[in-house]
Amino acid sequence: MTDSPTHGPIVVLAGGLSHERDVSLRSGRRVAQALRDQGREVVESDLTPGLVDLLRGLDNPVAFPVLHGGVGEDGGLQQVLTLLDVPYVGSEPAACRRSFNKAVGGPLVAQAGLARPRMAALPHDMFRELGAAALVEALGERIGFPMIVKPARGGSALGCTRVTDVAGLPSAMVAAYSYGDLAVVEEFVEGTEVAVTVVELDGTLIPLPAVEIRPNSGIYDYTARYTAGETRFIVPATLSEEASTACADLAVAAHRVLGLRDLSRADIIVRPDGTPVFIETNVAPGMTETSLLPQAVEAAGYDFGLLCAQLVDNAWARHLAQ
Amino acid sequence: MSLPEPSRRDTRLDPYIDAYAERTHGLTVSAVRALFAVANRPEVVSLAGGMPNIADLPREALAKAVDRLITENGTQAMQYGSGQGEPFMREKIVEVMAEEGIQAHADDVVVTCGSQQALDLVTRVFCDPGDVVLAEGPSYVGALGTFRAYQCEVVHVAMDEHGIDPVALRAALVSLKAGGKRVKFLYTIPNFQNPTGVTQTLERRRELIDIAREHDLLVIEDNPYGLLTLDAEPLPALRSMDADNVVYLGSFSKIFAPGFRVGWTLAPHAVREKLVLTQEAATLCPPVFSQFAIATYLEEFDWRSQIVTYRDMYRQRRDAMLDGLAQHMPEGTTWTVPQGGFFVWVTLPEGLDSQAMLPRAISARVAYTTGTAFYADGLGSRNMRLSFCYPTPERIIEGTRRLGEVLEQELEMHRTFGLGTQTARHYDLTTGPAPDIT
Repeated sequence: MTDSPTHGPIVVLAGGLSHERDVSLRSGRRVAQALRDQGREVVESDLTPGLVDLLRGLDNPVAFPVLHGGVGEDGGLQQVLTLLDVPYVGSEPAACRRSFNKAVGGPLVAQAGLARPRMAALPHDMFRELGAAALVEALGERIGFPMIVKPARGGSALGCTRVTDVAGLPSAMVAAYSYGDLAVVEEFVEGTEVAVTVVELDGTLIPLPAVEIRPNSGIYDYTARYTAGETRFIVPATLSEEASTACADLAVAAHRVLGLRDLSRADIIVRPDGTPVFIETNVAPGMTETSLLPQAVEAAGYDFGLLCAQLVDNAWARHLAQ
Repeated sequence: MSLPEPSRRDTRLDPYIDAYAERTHGLTVSAVRALFAVANRPEVVSLAGGMPNIADLPREALAKAVDRLITENGTQAMQYGSGQGEPFMREKIVEVMAEEGIQAHADDVVVTCGSQQALDLVTRVFCDPGDVVLAEGPSYVGALGTFRAYQCEVVHVAMDEHGIDPVALRAALVSLKAGGKRVKFLYTIPNFQNPTGVTQTLERRRELIDIAREHDLLVIEDNPYGLLTLDAEPLPALRSMDADNVVYLGSFSKIFAPGFRVGWTLAPHAVREKLVLTQEAATLCPPVFSQFAIATYLEEFDWRSQIVTYRDMYRQRRDAMLDGLAQHMPEGTTWTVPQGGFFVWVTLPEGLDSQAMLPRAISARVAYTTGTAFYADGLGSRNMRLSFCYPTPERIIEGTRRLGEVLEQELEMHRTFGLGTQTARHYDLTTGPAPDIT
């Protein structure tokens, strides 16, 4: 039990209607249990029409959103919590919007001088109005093959396709547009795939050890992410000291550039020469049994439940300081 | 690169990863399956699951009957029971089967935990890894899962609006035999087939029985929906036409309620003995309390009248779905017209892929089951199964409206990108949607 928390129940928000509902429910259950193990009072809730009444009916609640995709990551939920004056763990609405939309967050990070793959973001209307053939050709010339096509707003690698030639591009675009009307086409970066979690404690940004990802199939897709045994995780990653430091610096820099708060997870690919390339950052990282953030927390010697509790306390302290 | 640090953690997060049996290969989390997580939210019209609508059961009267059962017979009802199933239950099952013209003896009935377990027991008793099981193409996803679990090779036999194609069945048997394959049985759902809703005609049934006799082919007849006929009298069950070559599977899930998990198999004597011993090894005995409860229901309630009530309710829903499809499906879409059961099988316009467009459908708050789930060989991309059993007629109409919009958007996307008419084959069968429930 921590020292008498002054806030009321912690409302762990999970589920929602996004394509990642299943992951979110699993993450939410894990966070809720970890907080209960810390002696905290926890209420679990889905995003339902009764949520506003629930929050209003509690004394001094603190929200812990664990929603992946959709309104949980695009700032919508955070905006509602701000309107209701309910303190919450995580980034503010505008920062969520910047980060969640790869077509916005990617260029912002690139403009700040951080390494990014070549990228183009196109709504499907452009293809319809201008004709697909010319645009597909231009994408091939500008981005080059192999490339990655993905929905601009989404996670868990849903709708992502690695495309090796121009013939594969149209179906990959259609797959990405199945998840939303904006798609991102990005240069495929060869190298070591790592994830660096950044946590903010007592005003300090702390990069946790990089988790190296080696999927059995070679592709870190949905199955590889959420099936125990399908991916090998190495933490700290097998990087040189210089590369590890560069990854940590990159994750912290992206966190700052995007104006994030409390916690984030940067996905990075380290080129064979040791240069890290920023792919994207997540404002609501997965918290499931196979997710990267809990592994990084453990490797850093932190207790997952204690960290969650500290993030709640930080949110409450911010609220009191307002 | 520096050397790995001693404290480095290198893990696949599953210490038993190298210990699992070969048959578990491919039991992985799937993106397609995960998309169904939203299907049970009220905002979504789910035309995916096959849950019966049991809201109209006389629940208060049932509660009193169960209360009395516990008070008066609780020590027996909550005790272990017979591995074959309770004798009174088997007698009642014989009565139920007589409704479809099956003459049977209670000694040849084995009660199981739903007919799904009956299928499991039959497969366990007959099939070694690599044995061939024939099934209609498409066939019930839960059966394909069972066959896969026993490492059978599923060979689909083509079907049309009259049921399984006898010419294709003969050809498959000849060619498999010539290839040295061991065909263990044909699995078939003659009435309102899952997933197509198609009913085998009487003529086809006779041909099928003839072929089975000619080729010494055991037939597994799965008949969960037979009494839920919506337009005509039930056709005779295959088992009623041949007691020696047919193992029959039945269930109370659709004519009463699925939560009791009581099904059965009716098998020739020698087979039945093995099924009982296998059942005892698997579960000791089927759920005893459920058998008491169902027997009470059959004894004290007008279950035949309840089936008529179910038929009227499902008829309205079937008609709503057919109306909705006629109103909202784009040109080039076709569908079956079921005379009973729960399902309509939709064939999409050329080039569309039901699995690829599922995320768009979920975003539009409508869910269906992708056609690929019902094939063991990667086919079915152009198909989807729609269930009319659970949502109200109004919701069904709304669901088809949303689905129509999704199809229009998908067609426009295909036109934009000039995609061809070839649909994909998906081999990620283990990653298909959840079986028959949502």
